[in-house]
Amino acid sequence: MKQKNTGWYLLFTAPLIIIFALVVLVPFVMGFYYSFFRWDGISANPMTFIGLSNYTALMGDEDFYTSAWLTIKFTIMAVVAVNVLGLGLALLVTSKLKTVNYARAMFFMPNLIGGLILGYIWQFIFSDAFRVLGENFGFESIFRNWLLDSSLAMYALVIVFTWQMAGYMMVIYIAGIQGIPGDTIEAAKIDGANSWQRLKSVIMPLLMPSFTICLFLTLSFSFKIYDVNLSLTDGGPVGSTELFALHIYNEIFGYSNYGYGQAKAVVFFLLIGAVTLTQVYITKKREVEM
Amino acid sequence: MKVSKYFKEILLLVSAIIFLSPVYIMFVNSFKTRGELYESVLALPESFSLQYYLEAIDRMNFYNALWNSFYITVISILFLVILSSMTAWMLARTNNTISKVIFMTFIATMLIPFQTIMMPLIQFMSQIMSVTGLPMLNTHGGLIFMHIGFNSALSVFLYHGFVSTIPKSLEEAAIIDGCNKFTLFWKIVFPMLKPITVTVMILNVIQIWNDFLLPSLVLTDTSLRTIPLTTFYFFGQFTIQWNLAMAGLTLTIIPIIIFYLFAQKHIIKGIGEGAVK
Repeated sequence: MKQKNTGWYLLFTAPLIIIFALVVLVPFVMGFYYSFFRWDGISANPMTFIGLSNYTALMGDEDFYTSAWLTIKFTIMAVVAVNVLGLGLALLVTSKLKTVNYARAMFFMPNLIGGLILGYIWQFIFSDAFRVLGENFGFESIFRNWLLDSSLAMYALVIVFTWQMAGYMMVIYIAGIQGIPGDTIEAAKIDGANSWQRLKSVIMPLLMPSFTICLFLTLSFSFKIYDVNLSLTDGGPVGSTELFALHIYNEIFGYSNYGYGQAKAVVFFLLIGAVTLTQVYITKKREVEM
Repeated sequence: MKVSKYFKEILLLVSAIIFLSPVYIMFVNSFKTRGELYESVLALPESFSLQYYLEAIDRMNFYNALWNSFYITVISILFLVILSSMTAWMLARTNNTISKVIFMTFIATMLIPFQTIMMPLIQFMSQIMSVTGLPMLNTHGGLIFMHIGFNSALSVFLYHGFVSTIPKSLEEAAIIDGCNKFTLFWKIVFPMLKPITVTVMILNVIQIWNDFLLPSLVLTDTSLRTIPLTTFYFFGQFTIQWNLAMAGLTLTIIPIIIFYLFAQKHIIKGIGEGAVK
């Protein structure tokens, strides 16, 4: 009997576990291994074991710090913008209006299009639509090509990312808002709370589980942003938007520093893990039971 | 009172339309001549000519890319649904340490960014290829294999959560009636998993259809390229010809819009459920 069950167990789970192990687990472990070598990626060339040298070299690498700092800057702006807009849209489309379903569908749409294509659409908007707007309506200080200006390109990236993600977060916030019992809000109304007080003292605390999820998702998505970054700015102008994921790609496949780039990739993993787990720990503690 | 309600309805729709204006700008400019485009980006085109579309279809080898994307997405999702539902059900119903460890491993790997694995993955796949002769790189099969691996964690997670909410008694009754585990799963359990299957399918369609980085590393042959990959190379060549570029981008979005029109309600519901689970 027992053996029969083991057979079934393997039949059901083994195929996926094997694929998963070959695609995710083994390469993950190999990643640590490669990070201790100097190697240019050409299999005929020697891989030199250099211990922790890649990691110590990282500490003095200015490009690494620049890209880390840009990523942090981007992430802070993006997380705030996406969640403020996402929650705002969710509150807007949970009203009793008839058009909310259409509006929901429209707000969510950019998320389906895919980062690479979104980046190209906005490249056109910034380079040409903005220029024409500037020429026709004035405000040329605002309506010009942001992508050519190293101080504005980052904001362009935040705008596109926010446009992409806000609808996704809206959907999660909607689920949270609909989970709040109507009579709780009714009771607050009867007690004389105005809409701002209801939002601040009733809705927001009860939405903490949604905040946990949305912050987790936006944090990790912004940290890992790649497609939009590549198609919108490709890191430019003059490296002002080369965020972490793109930086690692360029280090490994662009400059053929396989070992060194992999060390950056390992640090990238540790950073994402530390930041997102800390966030989940903090927001989970603030969740209240209904 | 009534007027203000209408006003709010209109305000909501107008803001949604403004929100989608980049898509409008892309669409109208795909018909314009270069001169017209530089005169006004926002205006409707003076004449509707499909010239740029035909040119974009030709230069992108669009139908081939569409078929590649379609094939890869459908087969990957078919395998993901079959394999991850079976795995998740077994893990959820066998409440022992091994199952827990396996499940936790799936979940934990969701924290790993793709950039951390991409280089070793390609190295490892080429090693498998040279040792066993299995065509892992530069084939659709290899790419599908990797899509299954990368998307299995979330799929198992979603199925696992759902299985825990359905009562065991029905399964026990079927066992008494003489079902073996295989027929039990496919005849009784899998139909009950339908709502979460829809969610799993939708999340994976979005992910796999739009994926760019993995295909760009795996596929080198031009004829194998997916839509995002084709778009990338198309753009590298024609950035200056914006009207042609916009026609190309509009083409790439049409399949997504069609998918969205058909599955819109499921998509929005699915995303909500997928996140809360």
